[in-house]
Amino acid sequence: MSVLLSAQDLRLAFGGVKAADGINLDVMEREFLAIIGPNGAGKTTFINMTTGHLTPQGGSIRYEGKELLGMKPRAIVRLGIARSFQLPQLFTEHTVLENAAMAVAAREGAFSPFRPLLRPAFREEAEDLLNRFGLLPAADRRADALNEGTRKLTDIAMAVAMKPKLLLMDEPTSGVAAADKMAVVETLARVLRDAGVTAVFVEHDMDVVGRIADRVAVWGQGRIAALGPPGQILNDPVVQREVIGIRAGEVPHAAA
Amino acid sequence: MNARLEILAGILGAAVLVLLAYAAPWLRFVLTIALAKGIMVLGILLLLRAGQVSFGHAMYVAIAAYSVAFIAPHMREALLLLPLAAVISAAAGLLIGLFVMRYREIFFGMLNLALSMVFYSLLEKLYTVTHGTDGIRLPVPTFLGRELAGASYEWAVFALALVLAACFAVVVRIYLAAPLGQALAGIKTREARLEFMGVPGRFVLLAAYVLSALMAGCGGTIIALTSRHVTPALAYWTASGELVFIAILGGAGSVLGAFLGAVVYELTRVYAAANLADAWQLILGSVLLLVILFAPGGLFGIAQGLLRRRKAA
Amino acid sequence: MMAWLSDNGLLLGLAVLDGLASAASIFMVAVGLNLVFGVLRILNVAHGSLYAIGAYTAASITLFLTSHGLPVWLSFPALVVAAALVGVILGPLIERVLLKRVEKQEPVLQLLVTFALFMILEDVQKLIWGVQPVSNDTPMRLLGTIDVPFGADVIPFTAYQLFVLPGIALFTLVGLAWFMRRTLTGRVIVAVTTDREAATSQGIDSAKITMLTFTFGAMLAALGGALASPMSSMVPGVGASTIVLSFAVVATAGLGQVEGAAIAAVMIGLGRSIAVYLEPELEVVVPYLIMVLVLLVRPQGLFGVTETRRI
Repeated sequence: MSVLLSAQDLRLAFGGVKAADGINLDVMEREFLAIIGPNGAGKTTFINMTTGHLTPQGGSIRYEGKELLGMKPRAIVRLGIARSFQLPQLFTEHTVLENAAMAVAAREGAFSPFRPLLRPAFREEAEDLLNRFGLLPAADRRADALNEGTRKLTDIAMAVAMKPKLLLMDEPTSGVAAADKMAVVETLARVLRDAGVTAVFVEHDMDVVGRIADRVAVWGQGRIAALGPPGQILNDPVVQREVIGIRAGEVPHAAA
Repeated sequence: MNARLEILAGILGAAVLVLLAYAAPWLRFVLTIALAKGIMVLGILLLLRAGQVSFGHAMYVAIAAYSVAFIAPHMREALLLLPLAAVISAAAGLLIGLFVMRYREIFFGMLNLALSMVFYSLLEKLYTVTHGTDGIRLPVPTFLGRELAGASYEWAVFALALVLAACFAVVVRIYLAAPLGQALAGIKTREARLEFMGVPGRFVLLAAYVLSALMAGCGGTIIALTSRHVTPALAYWTASGELVFIAILGGAGSVLGAFLGAVVYELTRVYAAANLADAWQLILGSVLLLVILFAPGGLFGIAQGLLRRRKAA
Repeated sequence: MMAWLSDNGLLLGLAVLDGLASAASIFMVAVGLNLVFGVLRILNVAHGSLYAIGAYTAASITLFLTSHGLPVWLSFPALVVAAALVGVILGPLIERVLLKRVEKQEPVLQLLVTFALFMILEDVQKLIWGVQPVSNDTPMRLLGTIDVPFGADVIPFTAYQLFVLPGIALFTLVGLAWFMRRTLTGRVIVAVTTDREAATSQGIDSAKITMLTFTFGAMLAALGGALASPMSSMVPGVGASTIVLSFAVVATAGLGQVEGAAIAAVMIGLGRSIAVYLEPELEVVVPYLIMVLVLLVRPQGLFGVTETRRI
């Protein structure tokens, strides 16, 4: 397997808080890499830097050998890197179907002024996508009338609609009802594996990590504290104490 | 409302306007102005769809009207004056748009207002070029090279306005259903997402802005052809406010609402403005507040509601 | 250069003094606009109308004083009384009846509501004070003129414009900074401006603070108008030109910057008055030219800070 994304010595501080303090990470092609760690460790910051939302103060991020730093988010997207969000970023005046169709249209570069958004080709693809995520029943509901889990899935579906080579997901299962969680995760994993997508995801649920991750990176104070296969990392006593232990007493992230 | 019903309502509305113009000749002038304003308001609608409001769009109306006034002494063909003036207006929209596209909401609205005030002041102060508040009178334009006068000239301008209105209504309706138009609402609700889908929000808004300047230009040309007298008042903030008012009054959600609002507004103004000139803005402002607070769908929304109730009953 | 200066030096000096005086009055309006924006996140388009109403009210009070044979020096406190009246009557009314209703609405609707208010207030002025120019030069005449030495020449300049206006503006600037940093109310306003939710969760009555701030902002606008009223006569349309001018100041400085607004007001005031003496046609253009040039280089304004939205 070859390296798809390579981060070297990334540094970024907000005031005195070091969100990235020398991050070195290689993401291999077609792997599922989970990022775990306590809140404020800089997990989201890593995604934000990779997708062009934040610019690090030092270091480099190469994707297929191409430097990403200094590129705008929309230019990075066109290289085949899509992301989903911790707080779903949906077009709240559009329906779920229209949200998905917008993503399809965006990928096609077809921001044509005179053919409808819901032209047959786009509608079919959007419906097919929603079907794979089990979102079809909600297709005609407006995005501001959805529950948290559905919003989250729609958000991920929009990222998947971009047909990325690399997908970055920020807490894909937070807000999804516990009973549905594993089914959703299995579906998501299958969709992504079928499409040959490389995935990097921030995750707090260790069951989810154990189930689908190929490798796990542990974040701590802007550094990578440990990296390896889930079997090794999740059973590491230090990680169990520092990361998984902290989780039990921590305030749920979504409420912050 | 589905597309077929909308087309039907549009055709019916157009027929009523023609009948009115035929039955009461003095209404021809009023209705021509109303159609012109409806075309301008379509542009305001596009921007409102993106959650933006321009308090200075009358500037583009005036740019086109003055272009007509400057070109007409050399070339009087109305059907050439129209595209020329509209393109000049759109070009100005592109230039200014490149600057104001960096901003949203408050700054977007206020920068447009500030620029239009500057333009107004220049029209007023540069007397040697613009004749100040006296304005410029236009020679009678020709249509397809033919000299028209009196009623036939009025009919020609009215027909031109009606055709333009119909074309732009269709264009805007299609535009709004297309990805580029749908993305306007995306700017309002989640512009960041557009960027992360690889779509530049600024471009989406700029396209709508230039189209709105083009339509304002067409409306301005009709105004110039109808009144054959252009003055700086065309660019004053009250003229811009009028467009925003009509957009909200008619109903920001629909293309037909723009024309419904414009016709109702102009007819009312003809009767009321003369008697209530000193309090006209006061009345407009109060009605605007009432519509925003109590009938956010505007006249079109109210009409739809009535229609639905009748169906249900 | 020297020859030009000796020919035009006097004019230039006069322009500078004029510019500072107009900067002082526009600063008062801009700072009120900033303050209100900070707490309400609304740019009040009708803010310029409050300036105009403040000016007209000051003129009316002075007229009342002089026509009833009361002491003319009362025309000075009348300026402040006018501002206080306008602020206290219109401020809470506008905030409670209108702005509070649309608090949770889309930004564009909030903007439209203040625009509607602006339309209304512009005509209210016409209905009350008519369309003929109204002047209020009593305070200015009372203080007379002072000879300002300028190089070899001497410029006679009104003491009112030289001392009273800039003095009060400076007092406002310093007083506001002190108020915001040293008093409890000031700190609460800052807290609500920075993070409304956090402030509310700390037990701050943000609704009360909002009304208070809006009233205070309205008072500053009216004071700006009242102070400017002795310098030039009021005509319809003053409100419109004031709102765009004070917006230009706020945009040039950066939204929410108080000290920055003072500097931008001086830049724009000077630019405008120098234009009046050199190219009168361009008077109205210069402030916006300054604004556009600044914004082209720094989209967030001279002292503004860009915020990266959290996603």
